[in-house]
Amino acid sequence: MKIYLKIWRQKDNLSKGSFKDYTVEDVNKDMSFLEMLDTLNLKLVKQGERPVEFDHDCREGICGQCGVMINGIAHGPLKNTTTCQLHMRSFKDGDTIYIEPFKAEAFPIVRDLKVDRSSLDRIITSGGFVSVDTGQAPEANSIPITYEEAEAAFDAAACIGCGACVASCKNSSAALFTGAKITHLELLPQGQKETHKRVAEMVEQMEKEGFGHCSNTEACQVECPENISVLNIARMNFEYNKSKLLVKK
Amino acid sequence: MQKPFLDTKIPEGPLEKKWSNYKQHAKLVNPNNRKKLEIIVVGTGLSGASAAASLAEMGYQVKSFCFQDTPRRAHSVAAQGGVNAAKNYKNDGDSVYRMFYDTLKGGDFRSREANTYRLAECSASLIDQAIAQGVPFAREYGGYLRNRSFGGVQVSRTFYARGQTGQQLLLGAYQGLMRQVKAEKVKLYTRHEMLDLVLIDNKAKGIIARNLDTGEIERHGAHAVVLATGGFGKIYYLSTLAMGCNASAIWRAHKKGAFMANPSWTQIHPTSLPQSGPYQSKLTLMSESLRNDGRIWVPKDQNEKRKPNDIPEEDRDYYLERKYPSFGNLAPRDIASRAAKEQIDAGKGVGALKNAVYLDFSRALKEYGKNIIKERYGNLFDMYRKITGINAYDEPMKISPAAHFSMGGLWVDYELMTSINGLFAIGEANFSDHGANRLGANSLLQACVDGYFILPYTLSNYLATEIKVPKTDIQHKEFDIAEANCSKLLEDFLTTKGTKTAEEFHKELGKELYDKCGLSRSKEGLEKAIENIQKLRKEFKSNLIVPGDAAEVNSELEKAGRVADYLEVAELMCIDALQRDESCGAHFRQEYQTEDGEAKRDDENFSYSAAWEWTTNPSKPNLNKEPLIFEFVKPTVRSYK
Ligand SMILES: Cc1cc2nc3c(=O)[nH]c(=O)nc-3n(C[C@H](O)[C@H](O)[C@H](O)COP(=O)(O)OP(=O)(O)OC[C@H]3O[C@@H](n4cnc5c(N)ncnc54)[C@H](O)[C@@H]3O)c2cc1C
Ligand code: SF4
Ligand code: FES
Repeated sequence: MKIYLKIWRQKDNLSKGSFKDYTVEDVNKDMSFLEMLDTLNLKLVKQGERPVEFDHDCREGICGQCGVMINGIAHGPLKNTTTCQLHMRSFKDGDTIYIEPFKAEAFPIVRDLKVDRSSLDRIITSGGFVSVDTGQAPEANSIPITYEEAEAAFDAAACIGCGACVASCKNSSAALFTGAKITHLELLPQGQKETHKRVAEMVEQMEKEGFGHCSNTEACQVECPENISVLNIARMNFEYNKSKLLVKK
Repeated sequence: MQKPFLDTKIPEGPLEKKWSNYKQHAKLVNPNNRKKLEIIVVGTGLSGASAAASLAEMGYQVKSFCFQDTPRRAHSVAAQGGVNAAKNYKNDGDSVYRMFYDTLKGGDFRSREANTYRLAECSASLIDQAIAQGVPFAREYGGYLRNRSFGGVQVSRTFYARGQTGQQLLLGAYQGLMRQVKAEKVKLYTRHEMLDLVLIDNKAKGIIARNLDTGEIERHGAHAVVLATGGFGKIYYLSTLAMGCNASAIWRAHKKGAFMANPSWTQIHPTSLPQSGPYQSKLTLMSESLRNDGRIWVPKDQNEKRKPNDIPEEDRDYYLERKYPSFGNLAPRDIASRAAKEQIDAGKGVGALKNAVYLDFSRALKEYGKNIIKERYGNLFDMYRKITGINAYDEPMKISPAAHFSMGGLWVDYELMTSINGLFAIGEANFSDHGANRLGANSLLQACVDGYFILPYTLSNYLATEIKVPKTDIQHKEFDIAEANCSKLLEDFLTTKGTKTAEEFHKELGKELYDKCGLSRSKEGLEKAIENIQKLRKEFKSNLIVPGDAAEVNSELEKAGRVADYLEVAELMCIDALQRDESCGAHFRQEYQTEDGEAKRDDENFSYSAAWEWTTNPSKPNLNKEPLIFEFVKPTVRSYK
């Protein structure tokens, strides 16, 4: 099939960007979306042009490195699917597709569709861990954790750190990402001890990075490839308020 | 001073005492001195992140590098199945010794006894460590940890976190690493690619790295360098590895004197999704656990035109069940992959490109019902549908073998030090404990054990002799030379201005290797491959096209560097496969098989690790042999009939 593309091209964060038109002729329905871009890039390079820069690595939906806005939707039209796992059978011959980077103040553009998401790393750095050194751990089975607790913690821990939640949010809030980490660690006895310190530090860092406030539109969960629940945000807010109360005392 | 020649440094004493003997006698660095010592760790996968965090906790100053935009994306993240540990929670007779023996046998008796034993010995602590970090491993309803069995062993020692064990273990290690970033003991360099290793007075003293966002070339000095750069199975182009996985870091270290061991030993995984067209960029792994309930078959007639569900039983060949009645569909990876290739080569492959075999769940669906199958493999069936558009509850999956894991890598001694003083290699980057074939769920373990539990001791033992050595001067002339060489190389790629992209060269190379140095190898094929690779390398020098320039984001330039190295590594792989006139594990030489087509090992002549030394001519490497001495175990024939 033949696909028309309008792709955001931008040299760096300081330059102005714009949409450029491209056509890819020989698209196969079994191609992944990124392989369609590879096909375009092959053509561009052969013509001596700069290929479209985009982020990707594992191409199996787990590393979280890929991610673009496809017709205005983070990771494109399929639910619970990363950009790399989207296939061209989701489109039809003659379609025009708009491709843009994940845009947010806290995600400066590196080039074209590549953005800098190190702000998410800094949120984890501020407190998204259990303070245990190598060698300190007790015997693994000494603290039983019920099946349900472990599963619930896992649901939150499944976040791949792609940033689609931020890109989908009209306030560019990172609440889903941050709430997921807080919930993961708070649901396990190993992480509980530090919850209050953690939540205060992570929320503060989130604000420092220039992410907006959550206004409960729930757009993030809709576009999240891992279907991370907005209940994680509620838990974060609850724990945050509790931590403030405790600090005041 | 140059290190003594291939000294394995295996400690004295009985097998089960070696590691504790080592630890008791290893030199220590006084906590006050640690903060004066700098360590570079390249790689943030399970091995690199665990090493960097553990070393920083001890008080060393660590610089941590990765090419992704955050450490959490290292390809360890993609591991699905699980991680092994000899906890014996199932009371099913598991023990450190049994795990050691299974690993040694699985590797077809081509690994070092002492290292393999240590891997099993440290396995239990890893589970403790991961649990303490908050890794949500699978649990029983009562709250205790759950286990399952995995690939060709008789006990249940595999711990898992849904189908995302690697992701969860890596997040644990990553969070530990970020905690040390916060403590300012680790400085993080993401989107940085190591271009070269710098030696001063024959010791590893630093690296040259390129900032991939700005194109800037940087110098970094240290008292020791650790390479944790993962596997290079991506050399086959189509593989289960990530797009950025590479051999460049270890290869450039090799060119500075680090030996490469058994480079041709690559595990080809039997259950990946097949290639669907020439545009294909990678192959997705489907967990091996599917083989517990799926039956593998091909049509008997190579001209079969019917849909799989219309082909009656008598026209199907369940070749694994036929050839290996006792293990059947659960035959080990190398055997299952080779058998699939045999069928595909005989023209019995299925699918549009006739490059796959069927994995059929109809019997299991009938026997257990759709709900049970869904509970067991629901996420895999979903993934299959996402990628192929096919519902595997209604018709069989199509699977095929894919390059997956590098058993070969940098040669290291018992201390995980390479043949260069002060250069260590951990995780999949070293030639490791897996011999000629890795057992499922053992490599996450190896990466973690190397980083959390072994390197902190062995690196300290080395650094204890470096305390008086001042900080490395990055203005030293060796840095000048290395940096100039790197810049020149990038410039050469940019100015070749030919017509073929790095990707096109890579695809061609990958096909050549897969055909001739993949599942099955022959003298004739390998010689031909060497010739073709040399030609391709020559063409690369004159006909490569890379647009743009070096002082900016330029992914084509990054690829060019990786492919340039692959073109040399590939030849070494063929040379390595050619010198080994035997079949062992994943290395199957057509000339060396038993009457019924099984691998024929030759312990008398080939019980060694081949450690290759760079000579400046990629076609003429020097072979050094590390004899494998079996003091505690007697090698047997590995049979799964
Ligand atoms: C799809 C898949 C499934 C698997 N499933 C399992 C399983 O179930 N159980 C199991 O035990 N094993 C499994 N394995 C194997 C296992 O995951 C790996 O062997 C292991 O995770 C490797 O860890 P590592 O730390 O050595 O390397 P990696 O995790 O690959 O990390 C490599 C690091 O090095 C960095 N790097 C590489 N080159 C450079 C460079 N030139 N400059 C700077 N940085 C560089 C990368 O950025 C990255 O941070 C699987 C492998 C794959 C591919
Ligand atoms: S919460 Fe979802 S959308 Fe946000 S970073 Fe995590 S996986 Fe991506
Ligand atoms: S490339 Fe890894 S999630 Fe898409």
